[in-house]
Amino acid sequence: MEFKTFVFYLLATVMVFAALRVVTVRNPVHAALFLVLTFFNAAGIWLLLQAEFLAIVLVMVYVGAVMVLFLFVVMMLDINIDRLREGFWSYLPVGAVVGVIMLAEMVLVLSGPYFGLDAMPEPPAAQAGYSNTRELGRVLYTEYVYPFELASLVLLVAMVAAVALTLRKRTGSRHLDPAQQIAVKRADRIALVSMPAEKE
Amino acid sequence: MEALLEPIASLFGAAWPAVWTLAKIVAIIAPLMIAVAYLTYFERKIIGYMQVRIGPNRVGPLGLLQPIADGVKLLLKEVLVPSATSKGLFILGPILAIAPSLAAWAVVPFWDGGVLADVDAGLLFILAITSLEVYGVIIAGWASNSKYPFLGTMRAAAQMVSYELAMGFALICVLMISASLNLSEIVRVQGQGQFADMGLGFLSWNWLPLFPMFVVYLISGIAETNRAPFDVVEGESEIVAGHMVEYSGMTFALFFLAEYANMWLVSILTSILFLGGWLSPVGFLPDGFHWLAIKTSMVVLMFLWARATFPRFRYDHIMRLGWKVFLPVTLFWVLVVAVWIMSPLSIWN
Repeated sequence: MEFKTFVFYLLATVMVFAALRVVTVRNPVHAALFLVLTFFNAAGIWLLLQAEFLAIVLVMVYVGAVMVLFLFVVMMLDINIDRLREGFWSYLPVGAVVGVIMLAEMVLVLSGPYFGLDAMPEPPAAQAGYSNTRELGRVLYTEYVYPFELASLVLLVAMVAAVALTLRKRTGSRHLDPAQQIAVKRADRIALVSMPAEKE
Repeated sequence: MEALLEPIASLFGAAWPAVWTLAKIVAIIAPLMIAVAYLTYFERKIIGYMQVRIGPNRVGPLGLLQPIADGVKLLLKEVLVPSATSKGLFILGPILAIAPSLAAWAVVPFWDGGVLADVDAGLLFILAITSLEVYGVIIAGWASNSKYPFLGTMRAAAQMVSYELAMGFALICVLMISASLNLSEIVRVQGQGQFADMGLGFLSWNWLPLFPMFVVYLISGIAETNRAPFDVVEGESEIVAGHMVEYSGMTFALFFLAEYANMWLVSILTSILFLGGWLSPVGFLPDGFHWLAIKTSMVVLMFLWARATFPRFRYDHIMRLGWKVFLPVTLFWVLVVAVWIMSPLSIWN
């Protein structure tokens, strides 16, 4: 067996196991950590496919930022497992529909040869000096610049909306403006008074 | 060198590449660990002098064996695992704290060609690996099942995510003018330019055209490593020691090692990205690893200096600095640099 194949099967096994644990483990924090492990192994598989930019960005964005905030929230929740399991049967039909759709999509992808997808030409081999990151950047900012900018706009709208939804003016906050604090002069706080000595 | 290694290589046969890489890893990690140990000594001495004290002077001549004594003490101490903790994660926390701070050294170039893995996306790799450092703190704080560690964790998560953004934008400026993500290439680009041709190499390094980014990167680096004045994660006067409260012996030492290894990492990255790496500051002196060592030590000294000088930031001020000051400044500077590169005034062609 080629070494690459061995690495692929190792990463794939750990990934499938971790993904399974995400949905079976009882503690939500453990589930989130297993999701991190899943992402990590997915990044490894992408590296094997020579998609180094995507792999590293997956680790950077999802593992390094999204999951950190996710854990941040999950850790602070007081989750009662029994209450969570109450709605299981009512959610089951929705879950089943989603599952069936995903299964169908996966079958379509994996049975590519049956649908004649193997007739597609193989991508050309990478040349010397080829940089995955550079090529991706070039394509994103030339050929796909409008969809790319549109996607960033959608993200911006989501961000602004999230802030707007949670923004509230708190009353009774003792917040001080640091700039104002720094700008204080001696004369604002101290007044030296000259007064004659008093005799008894 | 090749001819010298030939007999050893034939001894190992097919396993030679793995053995050779392992040897290189040891050659990086072992000096790093010694540097980490002596950074603690250096720190105590420097801060001592700044506060008109002597610092450690009992163990060995000039107190030079103090780090060894500390290490032995921590190794011999019992590792306590409190009964209410989440056992597996409690042990995993310190391991996840130290692993990224060692893994990042794989792409650090020490001299021209002196790098373990000369990958194209080196800078991205560093960003990704350093963004994992927060997991050690988060897992440790949660698994401890105790109030102060948990508060430390919350602070760490918010702080590290905030300053990573400013750091990322500062790095975007560097990679825009270098047109490469490869750290060796970034250093090489800094060796070209008008001033370098005049023999004044230090003026063509990135710190001058990107001065605001240099400052932002340095300060964010201090915040990312949770060092004073940004050390609210530990904040001994408020939450004892943050995520490390429940740890003892070697598990505690791992957090400690990770923190100091991170200091070296941020310093060496600052030297590589902004201070010309292994390049000599003036034309008549040869380039070499010693320059990188000197620059890195200087940046580390800045860390200690800042710790001895500034009082701890209040938490809301840390958040304000990260989100309301650094983020707009870096965003604006990315635009400035982008326009600068495309304008006729560009100095990077």
